[in-house]
Amino acid sequence: MSWILILEQSLNGLQFGLMLFLLAAGLTLVFGIMDMINLAHGSLYMVGAFLASTFVQLTGSFVAGVLLAIPATALLGMLLEISVLRTLYARDHLSQVLATFALILIINELVRLVWGSDAALPLPAALSGPVELLPGLRYPVYRLVIIAVGLAVAVLLYFLVTRTRMGMLVRAGASNREMALAMGVDIKTLFTAVFGIGAALCALAGSMLAPLFAVQVGMGENILILAFVVIVIGGIGSIRGALVGAVLVGVVDTIGRAFLPILLGAFFQPRVASAAGPALASVMIYLIMAIVLYFRPQGLFPARG
Amino acid sequence: MKRTILAVIILLAFPLAMQALGYLFYVSFASRVMIYAIAATSLNLVLGYGGMLSFGHAAFVGAGAYVASILVAEGVASAWIGWPAAVVASALLAWIIGAISLRTRGVYFIMITLAFAQMMFYLVNSMKAYGGDEGLTLPRRAELGFGLDLGNELVFYYVVLFLLLLALYVLHRVVHSRFGRVMIAIRENAPRVEAIGLPVYRYQLVCFVIAGAAGGLAGALLASHGKYVNPNVLHWVQSGTLMIMVILGGVGHLWGGVIGAAVLLGLEHLIADHPVAWLSQWAPNYQQHANLGVGIVLLVIVLFAPQGIAGLLARRQRARP
Repeated sequence: MSWILILEQSLNGLQFGLMLFLLAAGLTLVFGIMDMINLAHGSLYMVGAFLASTFVQLTGSFVAGVLLAIPATALLGMLLEISVLRTLYARDHLSQVLATFALILIINELVRLVWGSDAALPLPAALSGPVELLPGLRYPVYRLVIIAVGLAVAVLLYFLVTRTRMGMLVRAGASNREMALAMGVDIKTLFTAVFGIGAALCALAGSMLAPLFAVQVGMGENILILAFVVIVIGGIGSIRGALVGAVLVGVVDTIGRAFLPILLGAFFQPRVASAAGPALASVMIYLIMAIVLYFRPQGLFPARG
Repeated sequence: MKRTILAVIILLAFPLAMQALGYLFYVSFASRVMIYAIAATSLNLVLGYGGMLSFGHAAFVGAGAYVASILVAEGVASAWIGWPAAVVASALLAWIIGAISLRTRGVYFIMITLAFAQMMFYLVNSMKAYGGDEGLTLPRRAELGFGLDLGNELVFYYVVLFLLLLALYVLHRVVHSRFGRVMIAIRENAPRVEAIGLPVYRYQLVCFVIAGAAGGLAGALLASHGKYVNPNVLHWVQSGTLMIMVILGGVGHLWGGVIGAAVLLGLEHLIADHPVAWLSQWAPNYQQHANLGVGIVLLVIVLFAPQGIAGLLARRQRARP
């Protein structure tokens, strides 16, 4: 277990965490401002990845494909908001969970009808090689690109939320919706716009992660649960909380998977360690969430004062 | 009351009729429906009467299923040991999860119950000694003694039916007891109940544990029925499916869980195993996309009939002079 391995796994964790952040940012805004549980957020991530795979094949360029998939998914997201989700804002959480669960089933089958069960989105050749970061540390270029994109989006979002008029409205909505309404904020349009941005971030995450994971039906569900864990840890409605939570979950999950079996091996028999290690690693993030909720029931960075 | 007696008579006569007609498969299928009905009914207690949005009920069903299966796999085949053990294990689990989760409110409660269920899912996934992610196949169903062979579909059916009716009776009594009244009051307005001086947290926890125990029983039956258990019984989609059954049937209606389980599983079976000629012509592969239909039905129910099927029936009955 050398420090290079630790560094490499930390970078992997950061990379995964930043992609989680893209999903969690949209989710936490929808959740925080509209008080709406949207389980179908993961479906937009899936649709984004499938669209990107089609556009990449059509244009022959990875970048062009991803750039086309983002507005297309945003458009679909806004359509979804206007047609179905809008009617759910006034309903209780149970109805929201069930209606969006139904949307997951519907969207999964629609994707299966249009694309089949999976699609290919190969790594662009120019980005496939490794690069030597430090003597002895060779790291895949593509993962570095993901980290760069993730950080750039985080900065952009921070700017959008803290420095623009729309960001101000979003923050107002997240901290006190009724008050924002009373002050004459056009909540309807704002909601649709926020939903579109959330969908665009989903598409970005989906198409960036696609070459690393598989593009398949159901890919949205597992990562959706992780995104929920992130926003609950970070505090619902808080972008900053989403960033901290996402990186925390990404790093803990990745490092745990890599090193827990080794660590346990130092104390227990190898048979026990190889069985318990992966289990403990998968459980760890949920454990963190339970602990955070136990001591800080509003998350680490509560958006409502 | 008249309707309840009618329903019980139909349920009692059903397997005999099916046996006479030679459709023994449907006896087994009905057993499965009733097992899910027990699970959905237990969730209905938490969801419909307790007003607690638990998104991790599959954890209790799964824990019961695994405890019962592991006992059978280790040679303890008696249902008199295996099933109570499953119930106790699930009740204990519900007590631990509930004690922590009930400190949170609203959305956070949904998420923390989901998180605990996910933990259980991954724990079971890693139990290599008991099949890991491939699941555990049992040599036979649990043994009941008294010359009753649970391997016989008819015997199994009547045992499950007895337990379902017992569960419904217990639910009925619980809901109409002082305890049930308090639970409904907590659902409607928890701060007010707290202000009256009743320990809200303790009431909710007891309700959660009762539901968890019943979920464990359903799990034990499920494992025995299929002679197989795998980690997917704990998957969060399973929790969602149980929720669908409750909503479909009717939240807070005694028969809600039963109706929901019957309608959902029946719909699945119809679409998957009974091709409709004109639909096949129009859409040749529609059977592979059964979930599309389930999703649309669920969406329509949630949007336009929030009280579920039992609610629709009750409304029609009330509308009659």
